[in-house]
Amino acid sequence: MYSEGLINKGGCMKKLINNPDNVVKEAMEGMEKAHGDILKINYDPAFIARKDSPKKGKVAVISGGGSGHEPMHGGLVGFGMLDAACPGAVFTSPTPDQMEAATKAVNGGAGVLHLVKNYTGDVMNFQMAADICASEGIKVESIIIDDDVAVKDSLYTAGRRGVGSTVLTEKIIGSSAERGDNLETVVKFAKYCKDNGRSMGMALTSCALPSVGKPIFEIGDEDIEMGVGIHGEPGRERMKIKPANELVDMMIEPVLSDISLKNGDEIIMMLNGMGGTPLIELYLLFNRAVEVASKKGIKTVRCLVGNYITSLEMQGFSITVMKANADILKLWDAPVHTAAIRWGI
Amino acid sequence: MITIESVKNWIFDLDKIYNEQKLYLSELDSAIGDGDHGVNLARGFDTVKSQWEKTPPADLASAFKLISMALIKSVGGSAGPLYGTFFMRGGLVLANKNETGLDEWIEVLDKGIAGIVMMGKAQKGDKTMLDALYPALEALQKAKSEGKTFADALKASFEAAETGMKDTIPLLAKKGRASYLGERSIGHQDPGATSSAMLLKSASQFF
Repeated sequence: MYSEGLINKGGCMKKLINNPDNVVKEAMEGMEKAHGDILKINYDPAFIARKDSPKKGKVAVISGGGSGHEPMHGGLVGFGMLDAACPGAVFTSPTPDQMEAATKAVNGGAGVLHLVKNYTGDVMNFQMAADICASEGIKVESIIIDDDVAVKDSLYTAGRRGVGSTVLTEKIIGSSAERGDNLETVVKFAKYCKDNGRSMGMALTSCALPSVGKPIFEIGDEDIEMGVGIHGEPGRERMKIKPANELVDMMIEPVLSDISLKNGDEIIMMLNGMGGTPLIELYLLFNRAVEVASKKGIKTVRCLVGNYITSLEMQGFSITVMKANADILKLWDAPVHTAAIRWGI
Repeated sequence: MITIESVKNWIFDLDKIYNEQKLYLSELDSAIGDGDHGVNLARGFDTVKSQWEKTPPADLASAFKLISMALIKSVGGSAGPLYGTFFMRGGLVLANKNETGLDEWIEVLDKGIAGIVMMGKAQKGDKTMLDALYPALEALQKAKSEGKTFADALKASFEAAETGMKDTIPLLAKKGRASYLGERSIGHQDPGATSSAMLLKSASQFF
């Protein structure tokens, strides 16, 4: 199946799939079987919605993006988090008809917030959907998350990428909507998260699209990609592998320094696996990250450690830091019940 | 001539081309993007073809609208909205026209490119599909001013697109995922410019 094509250098990566074209659909069918108690699934156009949606009078929060980042976003749909998620093809943004249908399906009459990761395709497709919905009288606001400090935000790039902060933002604004905040307030918290969350990632290995089969980038046995995005897109620098603590130090410095944190500040930290990294390594990395922050007088008061925003089978990790305050922590601690995150219920 | 039949042949040929070249386009995309460009376009034009077979459009304007909507709904990424907008805006030129030539094709490209610029906010030289499309449009305009035939103008336009495509190799990407690479995007041919050159080459064979 993978032998066709004009250029075929290197081997294919093994994958547990049947037909590359059916990967997303079959995974959605599996999610329906696993989490049918909290989710309902629409296949055409594809979106995953809360079982109890639409909730009358509640602001609806929708996100979406390419597949291959699971559990984000479908695994983050449920009480206290997203109302719907639109999965695109693997590493490809979803199409406007998906967001349009999801928006209409979960709109409870109090407005809808689209949470978009800053990738060119995602922004364009969400914008087209928001325009269509707005033209039909649905109140839609869009917030674009752009937290990746590995990319310089300048006229010469598409801007910082949207990565790990998205997960924390979905929890915080999902809980804001859940407790009955109006659209304006939910948007205010989304802007807070956008302004106060920063991330950086790295990769030990590449990953392969099911439909292509071969690694997205070549990487030497002793090399790592520093500043990698969540699609295997190369990052800021290729370098030799170093001890874990040195890698954490290289990543957390730019993350912490990009948001104005001072002695005594509190943060929520996510130490995220890219999909192929064992949890034992993630805890080891988290240990160092908390230490480094602590030495600067910054207190890690809440955390997530695990695989939340992945890049297929890529080995690597990312660190996300969000500055906290009493309001944000109250929302963070509020009950949540999704496939991937559950507490307080 | 641009007729409903020649548009059909063009679009069906594009489906064949993008399916044949999907791994090549995806390889180009892997070097500076995320490696899905070929796969996405193949899926998009498969959808266009099946939509066309299911509900054949009656005139050129509805043909371009069908192509646009099918691409927007099935491609995703940035290629979906960009090519979708190209056909949407370009097709508006063809309202109430059924047999058209060089003048209209220049208008289609001009309006289609303007749609891409509006959607993607890129400029010439940013290492995008525009670097194949703009030279193609300029070649058409030049051919018209020199009084060339439509066939000769189409040939000049795809040759200009292919030159523009190759000229993306030394450029530094300023839009889309390739822009994250900065200097490292230099030395790679842009996949969007490549798929655009393929689109224009195929058009030259059927119009």
